[in-house]
Amino acid sequence: MGDSIWQSMQKKGYSRREFLEFCTAAAVAAGLGKAGAAQVASVFEKKEKPAVVWMHFQECTCCSESFIRASHPIVVDALLDVMSLNYTETLMAAAGFQAEKSLDDTIKNNKGKYIVLVEGAVPTKDGGVYCMVGGKTAEAILQTVAADAAAIIAWGSCASNGCVQAAKPNPTGATPIAKLVDKPVINVPGCPPIADVMMAVVTHLLVLGQTPELDDQGRPREFYGRRVHDTCYRRPNYDAGLFVESWDDENARKGYCLYKMGCRGPVTYNACSVVRWNEGTSYPIQSGHGCIGCSEAGFWDNGPFYQHLPSFPGFGVESTADTIGTAVGVATLAGVAAHAVVTNIRKRSVIAEVHAEDEKES
Amino acid sequence: MSTNPVVRDVFKTNGSAPVEYRRVYVWELPVRAYHWINAIALTLLCVTGYLIGHPLRISYSQEAYQQYWFGWTRFIHFAAAYVYVFNFGMRIYWGFVGNKYAVWKTFLPLTRKQQEEIVDVIKTDVLQVKMHGEISTGHNSLAAFIYFLTFLVFCFQTITGFALYSGMSDAWLPHLFRWVVPLMGGEFAVRFWHHLFLWFFVMFVIVHIYLSFYHDYIEGRGTVSSIIGGWKFDRVKGAGNQGAKEQGDKTV
Ligand code: SF4
Ligand code: SF4
Repeated sequence: MGDSIWQSMQKKGYSRREFLEFCTAAAVAAGLGKAGAAQVASVFEKKEKPAVVWMHFQECTCCSESFIRASHPIVVDALLDVMSLNYTETLMAAAGFQAEKSLDDTIKNNKGKYIVLVEGAVPTKDGGVYCMVGGKTAEAILQTVAADAAAIIAWGSCASNGCVQAAKPNPTGATPIAKLVDKPVINVPGCPPIADVMMAVVTHLLVLGQTPELDDQGRPREFYGRRVHDTCYRRPNYDAGLFVESWDDENARKGYCLYKMGCRGPVTYNACSVVRWNEGTSYPIQSGHGCIGCSEAGFWDNGPFYQHLPSFPGFGVESTADTIGTAVGVATLAGVAAHAVVTNIRKRSVIAEVHAEDEKES
Repeated sequence: MSTNPVVRDVFKTNGSAPVEYRRVYVWELPVRAYHWINAIALTLLCVTGYLIGHPLRISYSQEAYQQYWFGWTRFIHFAAAYVYVFNFGMRIYWGFVGNKYAVWKTFLPLTRKQQEEIVDVIKTDVLQVKMHGEISTGHNSLAAFIYFLTFLVFCFQTITGFALYSGMSDAWLPHLFRWVVPLMGGEFAVRFWHHLFLWFFVMFVIVHIYLSFYHDYIEGRGTVSSIIGGWKFDRVKGAGNQGAKEQGDKTV
């Protein structure tokens, strides 16, 4: 049996105090509250530290970037440093064959016990040539890694729903992880996902050894159960019908609701307005910009970002369903009016015919 | 059919000969109630739906805690939606127990007679090559079929509407339709389609109101008033013809 988390932390030179600090932060992140710290500490003292591999496919590494900015750096430190992050292209020291070997070894030695974190979508078109590592396609690597994994987390919108690579016309056939593996996948969408959310999901998995409660799209309910809109501090302005009409108007300065500026808060499930970003400093709406719905599937295709109804396909960027609808409505009215005119012109012959019939029958 | 020459002449001076009409109770009370509840609910839904998509600039002089108009607009939309759905459910039920003018079969052109009537109505309404064809007493087959398509849109709006609503409600009914969201590619897409079909209703209402007036005029047997009182009028013709056959049908 390998080292426990506490043992390997000791080896890395962490003090007992730091370990407990970590346990407290982890307990809170996993939703146990401070009181759970003791429980976590006892788990981490005994439990073998899990092997973790962090795969990078079609992505920009913004998820990794986000992750290292969590509010409780000790947790991230511990996760990256201690949790035998056996393989991660971005951070590991090993390179080339050595790196590939460490991945192979992890899979072999930890069958059914290691955790896979996937960043990025997997291209499936043209035999998967658009993303290859060490001569193997992303899809082949994913299948190998996923086969014996204890749990799989899809980091970010790329891995969860394809994100920008999968935007129309999706030239590389970028595909979300959950569609490729036949195991449950924890989706943590967002471009990038919120650091503290990522941390909490991983910690939940490590501490409790079980997947957090997921919704119908595989997202942890705790963080993706409500819309940005439901907890937005500008919501009272929305209900009062107070809207920003243009970026530089008085209403924008007053901090009114950004709905008319295309805010996607009402259709976006994420924790931004609660957890916020950069140690809870702010989030886009607080900084005066609408939500662009970065954690929702297909958000790149739902443009333009500054219109809250998408443009109608095939009619240019400015035309929404309402422009088309108004045109059709007016055309209908015109048609009806024309019909009425024709009917009136025919009036005499209609009446004459009716009378002729009456005559005949009476 | 009066043979009294005096009466005949009186009518002739009005440009008309006396003919007999028979009163037919076509739209039963539940059907009329359905129609008007639906009309009110749909109007509310369309107006509030449009406003939700395009909030008006009303008053920006007050603070948020002093007004709630957008909230009320949405509330009316959701409340009217429930009324409309249950009302529609009632109409579906009545399609199985109501009279022959209300029965579900009239909405589908299954018989040859109905199909022929569709051609006839197109000739009368659209091409205007026919003055006033033999149009059935209840829904004419073309109108009925278009109502059927409208019912499909009703269903579509109900499903997408509840799917959107499920995100902000704990009620069981909206949650039955949650699956639609991932299927259609996210709430944004669902919202787009839900909003787009608002315009179907606008179109429908324009054409529907116009055509009831038109048929009231062209058929001359109380099309418009029938949806208030329920009665329409059938012409009583000589034995063996269409009118007599209709007369033989039982009405409730
Ligand atoms: S700013 Fe956006 S998320 Fe906030 S209340 Fe307005 S529409 Fe909702
Ligand atoms: S506010 Fe919206 S666009 Fe911005 S990060 Fe959150 S979910 Fe993404």
